[in-house]
Amino acid sequence: MKSLQANDFELFGLPQQFALDRAQLDDLWKTLQREAHPDRFAAQGAAAQRVAMQWSVRINEAYQRLKDPLKRAAYLCELRGVPVQAESNTAMPPAFLMQQMEWRETLEDTEAVGALEDLADEVAAERKRVQQLLGNLLDGAGDAQAAVGQVRALMFIERFAAEVDAKLEKIL
Amino acid sequence: MALLQISEPGQSLDPHQRRIAVGIDLGTTHSLVAAVRHGVSECLPDGDGHVILPSVVRYLPGQGRQIGMDAQANSAQDPANTIASVKRFMGRGLKDIAHPEKLPYRFVDQPGMLGIETVQGTKSPVEVSAEILATLRYRAEDSFNDDLYGAVITVPAYFDDAQRQGTKDAAQRAGINVLRLINEPTAAAIAYGLDNAAEGIYAVFDLGGGTFDISILRLTRGVFEVMATGGDSALGGDDYDRALADWALAQVPGIQAETAEDKTRLKTAARTAKESLTASTSTTLSVELSSGKLCVQVDRTDFETTTASLTQRCLSAVRKALRDADLSKDDVKGVVMVGGSTRMPQVQRAVGDFFGQEPLNNLNPDEVVALGAAIQANQLAGNDSAGDLLLLDVIPLSLGIETMGGLVERIVPRNQTIPTAMAQDFTTYQDGQTALALHVVQGERDLVQDCRSLARFTLRGIPPMAAGAARIRVTFTVDADGLLQVSAKEQLSGVEARIDVKPSYGLSDDQIASMLQDSFATAQEDMQARALVEARVDADRMLLATRSALQADGHLLSSSERSAIDQLMDALRQAIATQTDAKALEDQTLALAKGTEAFAAERMNQSIQKALAGQSIQNV
Repeated sequence: MKSLQANDFELFGLPQQFALDRAQLDDLWKTLQREAHPDRFAAQGAAAQRVAMQWSVRINEAYQRLKDPLKRAAYLCELRGVPVQAESNTAMPPAFLMQQMEWRETLEDTEAVGALEDLADEVAAERKRVQQLLGNLLDGAGDAQAAVGQVRALMFIERFAAEVDAKLEKIL
Repeated sequence: MALLQISEPGQSLDPHQRRIAVGIDLGTTHSLVAAVRHGVSECLPDGDGHVILPSVVRYLPGQGRQIGMDAQANSAQDPANTIASVKRFMGRGLKDIAHPEKLPYRFVDQPGMLGIETVQGTKSPVEVSAEILATLRYRAEDSFNDDLYGAVITVPAYFDDAQRQGTKDAAQRAGINVLRLINEPTAAAIAYGLDNAAEGIYAVFDLGGGTFDISILRLTRGVFEVMATGGDSALGGDDYDRALADWALAQVPGIQAETAEDKTRLKTAARTAKESLTASTSTTLSVELSSGKLCVQVDRTDFETTTASLTQRCLSAVRKALRDADLSKDDVKGVVMVGGSTRMPQVQRAVGDFFGQEPLNNLNPDEVVALGAAIQANQLAGNDSAGDLLLLDVIPLSLGIETMGGLVERIVPRNQTIPTAMAQDFTTYQDGQTALALHVVQGERDLVQDCRSLARFTLRGIPPMAAGAARIRVTFTVDADGLLQVSAKEQLSGVEARIDVKPSYGLSDDQIASMLQDSFATAQEDMQARALVEARVDADRMLLATRSALQADGHLLSSSERSAIDQLMDALRQAIATQTDAKALEDQTLALAKGTEAFAAERMNQSIQKALAGQSIQNV
């Protein structure tokens, strides 16, 4: 039975895994919204509207989480009993921190658009690598514990990518 | 033998009855109302056959007011009491108005939204807009000789929460049930049937009398997303008139337009010349001025050369919007033209050349927004069962909370699909702190002072704890119209506070009291009668909705659940027939709403289930 308490994957009728077909997710989202959006009940009473609003909000919430690889991975870890706890656990491997420091120095010292774009490309490649690794850990090995470490790494990478974009935007 | 039922107008409860639903374009310079009749969306004319209602309200000494053409005709002799372009003031404070000293109004600086001092006292932009909306409502009701069920009202895509809320409040004040607020460019796209087209990116080019808006929309299977908006709030057809008038004066040395009356006449003549140049390549601008007669032949090329810089300004704004959306002009699949000023051939040509394709222009550019809103209204009212259009809007500006040091903590990021609810945890910063002040802001900047302040409220009664121990969850709920509700709850104690974010209209308690007094003084019986009619309409609506729900899904109910609902329906029917107290009737309607809530939830479960079942079959 579908209910508002179903988890995101159940709500969308998708297997509980990291791998996901974005086009299929978008289709499912629109199909669900077609059923639940308050506009469909505009001609009915306030009670129907309120219930529709709850469902519509819930569907959008699940969609936002499922479509974002980082949020999806963190959510899967939580469903498998290993919450990420990003605020309380910030310990990262030394090699990873070294790379972060190098990136930050490059970002601070670089004003040229070309060099910043190179840095953005490098960060994007690293992001893709970690996402693939997350797929292997969550769907292949089923190792949520190891996946949590990579989720944290991905959080660092995404925050840094946003800073690179912000600097590029300012220069352009 | 079956008897034919004859019911009085407005009293019919036939579930197949058409509901009167209209689309309203509440514009800066003029407003329109449209409805779908015989499957075609069309604008409704007033008694004199005019479709366009100038957005002008004049307050007369005493009680009366003039709205539309009459008000516009008298604006020159009574500028301070004749309010035009009120849309520019909606949801705005005095500090937001660029040059208040250049406008003929006596502004009242009030927190939240400014007021305008008139011969009938201080009027808020919401009240003035309500006058325009009520005029359109009466026009619709006269056209159909029936009560209005509801309306879809359009707003610019860039309108923030305060401006949207103000528009919705104005509609409610005009006695209009708002089915939905939709974005103007989205409405224009619907009018052109783009929702039936394949997926793609569309530009909506809206050049009105005084404003220029460009919007970039992305359509995917009936989902409309605003990707970027831009424009120039001080660029429109009036600037083309002025440029032509200046050019004509320069052709004849010795003639000037110095008096206010001369200026008005010259501008009107320039406007007429501009309009005739749309169809013909040459015309004569002729006007009697106090320093002599001005009579100049104007070729279309003269006009186009004189106004080329204005057209260029439009295109610069288009380029910027495309940059904001991270798109090139080749990504744009179609261009929709909106606003009377897009009739000018040079504008058509400039847009066509820029995008490398002919713009969509076969609908009347003045009417296209209202026409699209009417199509959406017809569907929302349930008249168009085949209608399959779903507008999933996004929120135009981020919403957040002020944190320490005047910084903004973003809670709902812009472009999030709505409706949505998002929460964030905060904590206290002092030992023993028992209250937390929350300041809700909207905007993209990091500092509170650069964002728009929406509301302030306080969560009180937090049990004294060490600093940082309390867990206060602040939840933002944004409904399908983009309107915000904020609630705060301390997780350990369960203490809660919430607020519907409404711009305060800055009325002092005295003003509110005197407004109430006024409204009591003016025929209290009328008001009661009106409240009763409205309560009856609501009750009918609720009965109708329940009946069609029972018809569709009555099998979901056990016999005892069914009889409980039947009893509530009987009681409400009884109340409609006999009850003369509006409040009692409202309570009865509410009882039926409460009694069917579980049923509504169950129906929703079933339909979601069905949707997913259908989907998995498709995917096999």
